Amino acid sequence: MTPRRRRLFWVLGIVAGVGIAGALALRAFQQNVMFYFDPSRIAAGEVKPGQRFRLGGMVEQGSVSRTPGSLEVRFVVTDFKHQVAVRYDNVLPDLFREGAGVVAHGRLDASGTFVADEVLAKHDEKYMPPEVARSLQAGKSAAAAPSGEAR
Amino acid sequence: MLKFLAMGGYARYVWPCYVLTAAVVGLNIRWALRSLHSARAAARRRIAAVRAAS
Amino acid sequence: MAWVWFHRFGSPPHFYRLATRLTPWFAWPAALLCLAGLIGGLVLAPPDYQQGDGFRIIYVHAPAAWLSLMVYVVMATSAAVGLIWRMTVAYAVSASCAVIGASFTALALATGMLWGRPMWGTYWEWDPRLTSELLLLFLYLGYLGLRNSIDDVGRADRASAVLAIVGVVNVPIIHYSVIWWNSLHQAPSVMKFGRPTMPAAMLVPLLLMLAGFTAYFVALLLIRARGELLRRERNAHWTAEAAGATATG
Repeated sequence: MTPRRRRLFWVLGIVAGVGIAGALALRAFQQNVMFYFDPSRIAAGEVKPGQRFRLGGMVEQGSVSRTPGSLEVRFVVTDFKHQVAVRYDNVLPDLFREGAGVVAHGRLDASGTFVADEVLAKHDEKYMPPEVARSLQAGKSAAAAPSGEAR
Repeated sequence: MLKFLAMGGYARYVWPCYVLTAAVVGLNIRWALRSLHSARAAARRRIAAVRAAS
Repeated sequence: MAWVWFHRFGSPPHFYRLATRLTPWFAWPAALLCLAGLIGGLVLAPPDYQQGDGFRIIYVHAPAAWLSLMVYVVMATSAAVGLIWRMTVAYAVSASCAVIGASFTALALATGMLWGRPMWGTYWEWDPRLTSELLLLFLYLGYLGLRNSIDDVGRADRASAVLAIVGVVNVPIIHYSVIWWNSLHQAPSVMKFGRPTMPAAMLVPLLLMLAGFTAYFVALLLIRARGELLRRERNAHWTAEAAGATATG
């Protein structure tokens, strides 16, 4: 083996070794790397009672209700399989919408309501002009109105 | 024009991003040219010293 | 033989002349592409249906993030070529990347924070994408720090090359972090298989900016690599000509 080939194998070996070590480490810490839990994971009991964690999912359509005279807002986070009710008592970010993604930080209380002290809006990778979004929305609600309650 | 500068209410986030980008782009040009010029100046000095010695 | 171009490319005087000649061929297109991209992105593109005009940050944030990853791949690949083939030109290219990469990684993080505040509701979260990008900044700074701590250029090249190669593992982690794990950051809109999730009026300026930033990086790299070559070729004859030393000097 020429010295050059030996060096080539050394470099490839380093990349492979670090890559495998990194993959194993990330696999072992999967739980910690997960930025948030979705409602199905909570229903499966992956969160210990009283543990502080992030809850992520969609804000269910029509579930947002505000308490008059205060900042308190209640809504339901869903992953279209399970739901978690959320209570929050502060200012919401600009992109907080019904039907849009949300990540809330807090803990479950005794009744199973998630008491959030921080609510972040999560948006998807789709960008479009407002007119397109409006006509898309109009087309969808005309064509597929009943499917929303089919669950 | 004012409407353009207002960026739909997001001016205080959008324009700092563009100013920062302009700064990074400009500084990188300056740093790159300075690095080349200093290397050339050092090489010239070296060559002059060698020629003076010989 | 197929390796001829490789060895010609690896010859410092040849590379130096080529780099000098090629620089304007990247610098001017870069300026034109970025100008067109800025007009398209800031003026012609429609506002987003959810983020309004705030989404226009994408036209500087995405190119900065793209450069932060691409520059690292160039830096690590040329470092590996330098280690394996003992090629001075490759080491010069690798060393030229670090400052550029570090500054654009910092820019990607800063513009991301300014975008996250109004849209997500936070400047910073320890989200997998943001954390791995921050790690990339530390890799660049580590590379620069390691080089600065070693006086001998040859030893600095070899030591920093190993660090650059080890860190390349972080690049796919950054890119796929938003797909592998639940993340606050959204999935890619353009850098993926399948159609970009963006209409042409928004997409074209973004592609122009990405191309413009890439050409700009190549021009910077060619300028910096010339300086790095002169620092490494202390005794070669051609440096006299390249440095502009006159015969009467």
